[in-house]
Amino acid sequence: MKRYVYINDDESAHDLYCDNRISNRKYTVLNFIPKNLWEQFSRFMNQYFLLIACLQLWSLITPVNPASTWGPLIFIFAVSATKEAWDDYHRYLSDKKANEKEVWVVRNGIKKLIQAQDIHVGNIVWLRENDEVPCDLVLIGSSDPQGLCYIETAAMDGETDLKTRVIPSACMGIDVELLHKIKGVIECPTPNKDIRRFDANMRLFPPFIDNDICPLTIKNTVLQSCYLRNTEWACGVAVYTGNETKLGMSRGIPEPKLTAMDAMIDKLTGAIFVFQIVVVMVLGIAGNVWKDTEAKKQWYVLYPDKGPWYELLIIPLRFELLCSIMIPISIKVSLDLVKGLYAKFIDWDHRMVDLETSTPSNATNTAISEDLGQVEYILTDKTGTLTENKMIFRRCCISGIFYGNENGDALKDVELLHAVSSGSPDVVQFLTIMAICNTVIPTQSKTGDILYKAQSQDEDALVQAAAHLHMVFFNKSGNILEVKFNSSILQYEVLETLEFTSDRKRMSLVLRDCQNGKILLLSKGADEAILPYARTGQQTRNFIEAVEQYAHLGLRTLCLAWRELREDEYREWSLMFKEANSTLVDREWRVAEVCQRIEHNLEVLGVTAIEDRLQDGVPETIETLRKAGINFWMLTGDKQNTAIQIALSCNFISPEPKGQLLSIDGKTEDEVRRSLERVLLTMRITTSEPKDVAFVIDGWALDFALNHYRKAFTELAILSRTAICCRVTPSQKAQLVQILKSCDYRTLAIGDGGNDVRMIQQADIGVGISGREGLQAARAADYSIGKFRFLKRLILVHGRYSYNRTAFLSQYSFYKSLLICFIQIFFSFISGVSGTSLFNSVSLMAYNVFYTSVPVLVSVLDKDLSEETVIQHPQILFYCQAGRLLNPSTFAGWFGRSLFHAVVVFLISIHAYAYDKSEMEEVSMVALSGCIWLQAFVVAMETNSFTILQHLAIWGNLAGFYAINWIFSALPASGMYTIMFRLCRQPSYWISIFLMTAAGMSPILAIKYFRYTYRPSKINTLQQAERLGGPIVSLGTIEPQPRPLIEKDVSTLSITQPKNRNPVYEPLLSDSPNATRRSSGTPFDFFQSQSRSSLPNYSRNCKDN
Amino acid sequence: MDLDSGTSSTVGARVQAIPGRPAQHGALYQFKQQNLPACKPVLTPATVIATFLLMGFIFIPLGLITLRASNSVVEIVDRYDIECIPEELRSNKLLYITDDSISKNCSRFLKVPKSMRAPIYIYYQLDNYYQNHRRYVKSRNDKQLLHGLGDNSTSSCIPLESSGDLPIVPCGLIAWSVFNDTFKFSSGSSELKVNRKNIAWKSDRNHKFGKDVYPFNFQNGPLIGGGKLDPNTPLSDQEDLIVWMRTAALPSFRKLYGRIEEDLDADDVIVVQLMNNYNAYSFGGKKKLVLSTSSWLGGKNDFFGVASLFIGTFCMLISIVFLLLHVKNPRPYGDAMYTSWNKKSSSS
Repeated sequence: MKRYVYINDDESAHDLYCDNRISNRKYTVLNFIPKNLWEQFSRFMNQYFLLIACLQLWSLITPVNPASTWGPLIFIFAVSATKEAWDDYHRYLSDKKANEKEVWVVRNGIKKLIQAQDIHVGNIVWLRENDEVPCDLVLIGSSDPQGLCYIETAAMDGETDLKTRVIPSACMGIDVELLHKIKGVIECPTPNKDIRRFDANMRLFPPFIDNDICPLTIKNTVLQSCYLRNTEWACGVAVYTGNETKLGMSRGIPEPKLTAMDAMIDKLTGAIFVFQIVVVMVLGIAGNVWKDTEAKKQWYVLYPDKGPWYELLIIPLRFELLCSIMIPISIKVSLDLVKGLYAKFIDWDHRMVDLETSTPSNATNTAISEDLGQVEYILTDKTGTLTENKMIFRRCCISGIFYGNENGDALKDVELLHAVSSGSPDVVQFLTIMAICNTVIPTQSKTGDILYKAQSQDEDALVQAAAHLHMVFFNKSGNILEVKFNSSILQYEVLETLEFTSDRKRMSLVLRDCQNGKILLLSKGADEAILPYARTGQQTRNFIEAVEQYAHLGLRTLCLAWRELREDEYREWSLMFKEANSTLVDREWRVAEVCQRIEHNLEVLGVTAIEDRLQDGVPETIETLRKAGINFWMLTGDKQNTAIQIALSCNFISPEPKGQLLSIDGKTEDEVRRSLERVLLTMRITTSEPKDVAFVIDGWALDFALNHYRKAFTELAILSRTAICCRVTPSQKAQLVQILKSCDYRTLAIGDGGNDVRMIQQADIGVGISGREGLQAARAADYSIGKFRFLKRLILVHGRYSYNRTAFLSQYSFYKSLLICFIQIFFSFISGVSGTSLFNSVSLMAYNVFYTSVPVLVSVLDKDLSEETVIQHPQILFYCQAGRLLNPSTFAGWFGRSLFHAVVVFLISIHAYAYDKSEMEEVSMVALSGCIWLQAFVVAMETNSFTILQHLAIWGNLAGFYAINWIFSALPASGMYTIMFRLCRQPSYWISIFLMTAAGMSPILAIKYFRYTYRPSKINTLQQAERLGGPIVSLGTIEPQPRPLIEKDVSTLSITQPKNRNPVYEPLLSDSPNATRRSSGTPFDFFQSQSRSSLPNYSRNCKDN
Repeated sequence: MDLDSGTSSTVGARVQAIPGRPAQHGALYQFKQQNLPACKPVLTPATVIATFLLMGFIFIPLGLITLRASNSVVEIVDRYDIECIPEELRSNKLLYITDDSISKNCSRFLKVPKSMRAPIYIYYQLDNYYQNHRRYVKSRNDKQLLHGLGDNSTSSCIPLESSGDLPIVPCGLIAWSVFNDTFKFSSGSSELKVNRKNIAWKSDRNHKFGKDVYPFNFQNGPLIGGGKLDPNTPLSDQEDLIVWMRTAALPSFRKLYGRIEEDLDADDVIVVQLMNNYNAYSFGGKKKLVLSTSSWLGGKNDFFGVASLFIGTFCMLISIVFLLLHVKNPRPYGDAMYTSWNKKSSSS
């Protein structure tokens, strides 16, 4: 399929292709209600509640007032619909802002200012400097005489350096005025999301040029969301618009995320549902049998001899409704509420405010906080995420003298300043190279400051540093470079530029010193690209040492060198260079070869060290999270070397011999396969060794690995705790996330740029850093934080607490519903299995809505361990990752507890209120009071830390229970008139309550104490230590780990850890995904082994829970 | 861009407080930072053992006290439903009860085991009678009981909502099946005064049953259930009906019939003349007559005592077990626990 774009054709094409309206909205005004309802009802739980609510409308079978179900149901639906509508409205607003931005477009041959949404395919769009590109354009003109323009693609691929784009050869040299009238056709592919390819042709119509077809590549395009930089103006033809742009196509609709916990709760709900069906069937059959045998004899019930045809269904349906409270409708409300609060806690957290920019953390997605506590893999971007994305010149070594070693900043090194002012020739030459051996363009701002526009941040840093050392590069006009050094102005004429390529790893400049007419060659490049070409006889040992030392500190090094060229040497070479530059075949290789001929015999001057500063606390954060059992993958668009260097400096990987870095590379499919297999083999062997094995792969090889050797790569992904993927595209990042997700790992993706958006959306949890590359990632993410180091707090504190709290809350919700339901079931055995409800409607509704929901809501304030303890002992996160606080076995515990409590309450109430006291309302209130008291004590016992709010909620709720019931007892119209007053005057009531509480709670207290003391989980041990001031707490006051520890030795800890944790966590890890998967051989059999092994493991777990 | 000043300014900013940052104290701030002062209870052996011991010390005396109270109650229970049928009809109880021509008179002789102090409560007890059956419980109309015919929606009274065109007053199964055995008591030669007033709850008489609602068409239908009501007495004075309509939650229940307001001495013989009208035979129910004094805890009920003693003993045992465990196997809390991450690996 092809798309034909007629340039500047005002009529056609309008209807053919969409306009430039961007829409991220999910709903329209019309389809909102049906679509939203449909979405809500696609959840099983909602369907269930709807069914129950409908059944309750049938008065023959309903045990209670139908309003008790309809009210909450409508409320819940209204709340979530409102939330959706609100979100969608905000999406609409932000789209609108983008759509109504004004751009210059040629209409009927005249430039007009129109709204961005009105751009049509084929329109000519004019861009000014610093404009955002509104849609995908094919360039046809630029202010640059050579037809170049510079764009910043950060929003698209996250790379902040400027990229050059060039107008197609066919449009070269067309006059600006004529551009308005240009006509032609562009044949291009149908919209796709590949931002690296654009295989199209252009043909201009006469009079512009003859019918030659001009091929177009991605180099001729500027894509939506890029910015035009350093170019006065550019214009292009819109080829893709609206949601069909390459960015729009790759945006994708983010799927609503469901936490592992939600999935587990759904699963448990399903189990309870099955249980409920079984109970209903058993009771239904029993009820019908009892009816036919007993009830027919009971004349006072007056059963008709022949009932309606549906008679058999009535009793089962009644029980269905009676048991419908087993699945608590309140759980959804409570969970939504507490999840909202978790999110608010993240927003409010002052320890996660980025003090530099005053950006607080923000939880955009309020529904997935628990997942934070269950993260197993973190996929992180590098630039801007781990690093600050600020390059700073830090140290240098000039002719064997180290500068900046003492204070870590060469610019403040007195010796260097002294050397500069005294005019030491080596130092001056060094500075000159720093200042001019680059492609930086200096511009003067209106205030007279010099601004540098650099393609690479490193060059920028060097020029800035040189300027600080009084070597100010202030003007570049044509081929003349002007440098001011100590008030004297030096001029250089650029003769040739030997550009940087990733193969050569160096760049050089041939220039003529205008002061003395000498021809100089200035070079800078990676050490391995410069030092071998040093002048014979020059000692490079010094420089090698310097490079090593700097690399060890995680600095990016460049070697600077120069030599003087003889006039004839230059001439001779210049000819060759020109010739090489004009070859058509293998030009790059030829040019490189020619450059090689001149770049030798260099006088190495020194080494610069530039720091892409790691953000504060990055190594500690990685280290802590590693200890917490989280694996890290680094996905970066950057070069392999830089990535490895950063990885080393932030404890990501360990240097030899502790760590081992395996590389997967290769240019062809076959090479990649061999490489992959080799690495896999090594991995399999070394997993048993206490060695920190990581692998590194680049985008090219990854492409093959993902497309052809997915299975092998997946296995590798499972085996490896650490990986570095460099030069990866946004979609590859997303694919990697997909692979880890497909293995059932919980993934967290963190990034800061537009190139991370897809990965962020794909991952279970997306975290955006609101950093220098704009807010795009932060907007797409579920959480946005200011700095990488907040991730520690986000996961260990917020994630963990959220998990623990939700685990308690959800299980407790089932507990209390089951409790009251079991009592109803027991009661049905003494009421002729007829489906009588022991409790009245008011009590049943209030039980779910007030009495039991309020106290448990304050469990959002519960902290099992203090934040400090958790951060010091991140290993405790294992409990969350392995899901040990909410799984079928813990749930079985709660189930058993509710059964036990129901037995206690039921037996005590029917025995204490037997015979003359067996009045229905009274017995019902005794049983209900028993439930309320028990649940208050259960909450109290499961609460780890009591704040004033907890006390208020738990005991205040009890008081509230009596208050509400006294009010109802005071109303003559209510069914329970005077009941509660009567009861409260009876000693037997209070003794019953006392008995129920004691009988219900003492075994639970005994078991809890026994476990806590004699079978303590790690959490318990830490609690004991923390609360009784054990040795840890005294140690623990040293908050973050002492600085020296962060240096390289720390890696030993992280390395030995895998070895340690297996035995320690034997029962734990066996159900943690890591363990099962690690042990199994092939990637596809662990799926089965996992599911098979899960059941026995759970039973083993319950000992510890 | 001035890099150097950029870095130094970041350092500076870190020292300074952020503008606009709210005060770092106050309950709301602490709440937002999840930092409210909290007390964290610890399950130390001392507290737990003491708690269980304390519970033992509370429940065992409580059990003894309640048992004493229960034992102080004198109770006479007499099952009369079988005995009251003439020998020859025992094989066909249904015939006996449904045939109106057979006399339902019956005499029972009750021996007072211990002296009973007034007031002595007279209950009738029904066993295996499901007043809590769903069909039965629902079949009433509270509004009608209070307001009479003014409220005509008697659909809840199914299957006994109306007779002819008019709703039955009081409608529904409960009222229809009202208990109608009667008892007369005499001791020796003198008749015992039975007070049958105020046996129903005052609140029911005043607020649940209407003063001007008369059961004018009650038990007129083809189906005759339990007793009849005096059409000239308002419902609020029909105390037997009011008592009956307080449905029981259990299939065995006692309902108050009246009070004997004089003391009875030990070994007195009470003669009960009863009319055995109510049909408990068709469904195998039992009818019992109960005379009982009362204590502060109510009637005779050993359950409180037994349960308290059981729980008390259980708590004592638990506390002893824990004490022994603690003495034998003391576990210093939080003991060098950080060994656990690493050292324990060898043991577990």
